[in-house]
Amino acid sequence: MILDKRKAVGLSRIGSRAAYGMTLFELAEQYDDLMVLAADTSTSAGLDRFRKTYPEKYLETGIAEQNALGIAAGLASEGMRVALSTFAPFQTMRCCEQIKVNLGYMQHKVLFTGLASGVVLGTLGYTHCCIEDLALMRAIPNITVLSPADCGETAKAVKAALDHHESVYLRLTGGAPNPPLYTEDYDFEIGKSVTLREGKDVALIATGSMVHASLTAAELLAESGIEASVINMHTIKPLDAEAVRQAAATHTLIVSVEEHTVLGGLGSAVAEAKAMMRQAAPHLILGITDSYAKAGDYADILDHYGLTAEKIALKATDTLAAL
Amino acid sequence: MDTRTETIEALEAMAARMRRSLLDMALAAGAHSSHFGGGLSVIDITATLFGAVMQINKADPQCPDRDRFILSKGHGCLGYYTALHEVGFLSRDELLSFEKTDSFLYGHPVMKRDKGIEFSSGSLGMGLSLGIGTSVAGKRQGKDYRTFVIIGDGESNEGSVWEAAMAAPNMGLDNLTVILDRNKHQQTGSNEDIMPLHDAAAKFRAFGWDVAEIDGHDIGALFDTLSPRRENGTPLAVVAHTLKGKGFSFSEDDNSWHHKVLTQKQYDAALEELAGGTQA
Repeated sequence: MILDKRKAVGLSRIGSRAAYGMTLFELAEQYDDLMVLAADTSTSAGLDRFRKTYPEKYLETGIAEQNALGIAAGLASEGMRVALSTFAPFQTMRCCEQIKVNLGYMQHKVLFTGLASGVVLGTLGYTHCCIEDLALMRAIPNITVLSPADCGETAKAVKAALDHHESVYLRLTGGAPNPPLYTEDYDFEIGKSVTLREGKDVALIATGSMVHASLTAAELLAESGIEASVINMHTIKPLDAEAVRQAAATHTLIVSVEEHTVLGGLGSAVAEAKAMMRQAAPHLILGITDSYAKAGDYADILDHYGLTAEKIALKATDTLAAL
Repeated sequence: MDTRTETIEALEAMAARMRRSLLDMALAAGAHSSHFGGGLSVIDITATLFGAVMQINKADPQCPDRDRFILSKGHGCLGYYTALHEVGFLSRDELLSFEKTDSFLYGHPVMKRDKGIEFSSGSLGMGLSLGIGTSVAGKRQGKDYRTFVIIGDGESNEGSVWEAAMAAPNMGLDNLTVILDRNKHQQTGSNEDIMPLHDAAAKFRAFGWDVAEIDGHDIGALFDTLSPRRENGTPLAVVAHTLKGKGFSFSEDDNSWHHKVLTQKQYDAALEELAGGTQA
């Protein structure tokens, strides 16, 4: 999966969900053993073209996520390479125990993708938002958890997940269009974070949609003389703990930023990674503060929780000043 | 005697040996206790499947052409392990390690393919979905194996059973057979008291399955119903009417044997019943 500027911009225009479906379409010929499942979500996942072009590699499982997860595991147990997707709350919470038993306990290998995670579907209400999936999926052994920062990275993550040795939960955040971070090719390696910018004062460790916001926040901080590193933590599990400890050892403050509850997600993973350090920078955990806010536009909900570039920069500035 | 009669007599003898092994395992479990009743309600079904119906390579538990077996009601594992012993996948010593620390024979099956344990189960309502997966894989990959799934009637309280029941007939899966162990009891009482299932055959038929309704302890009926390969595009649901604890007078149709310690005295009495062929 080679990325160039044209492709990055094209994918960013269609958003991460469509990027997921388009990537599977492009990879279909490469994998004889590929099976793509959808739970009445083929168009939501950008899979319409795949469904029509490769019916022999496609299975519609209807609005029944527990069954879909079991079917996926059964297919995987026969050596097929399975990609299942539906909206994030239904992909993770509705069939959580099937994930535990089939993918965690038995270790049948499936790529399962949570579409429109976070609060991008805020106008539909919190049934369709997902602020809990990182915490839940991270707690299940034998599951790798990916949270790509943009659509190009989504494409790379899909390919990496299909080739991975264990099940992958792929969490898709952001809207369409989705600002592209990467416009030229780079190495995407599961478990290896990417430092996008380096500065000595504060390290912004972000995942998913919040990587772009954190990059912009770093620019704002620079305007007021605060130098910020930005680390794209695209893999939540296994976490790049070494990068976290390095950041905590070399900055005055670290800030984790996620479009997810502050309980159990990236912030918790970062805190666990640095828990035994004798000398670590204080850690500010930014995210959704253990509540279901009122429904609203994506931008309004992010603003409500302080997850905009301006508010991230402001929080970091205030916290630094108070140290 | 014709071949069918010989086969059925051999299966009945096998089922009797499995009941003997089951007693040994239940006794070996000691105070850990075992799911005695549900093991005995499925044991004639597993004897028929492993003894005659399923394609099994006794030299290779993982032979790619083998028929797939999923014990969705994982607590029926005494009926499963004893069958795996009969086909040579488990030794007697392994059987007697049941529920001991470091044994691979837990109180619910834990996947161990080199010993013939195809899937882990125990959390109810998951096996039929797995069976759809293996069946779709067989169809898509052009393989001839069949998949057999045993579910329970208590288990069928779980909604996921019915998600799977709704889906399977829409996928052309004549290579899939589900057997409902209709023993009419669940953990804390009868289905009637806890959650009545009503007409299970009608439910499966309404979802589009072919349905057979038989006595789940009649090995001839089981053999005749389960043996024929099917090529009509439709999965088969077999409602097997059974008795929990079947085979021993003290346990038959007595739900207190759902999960219970077998005493030495009961063990001895059960052995006598087996020896005398006096099945209640």
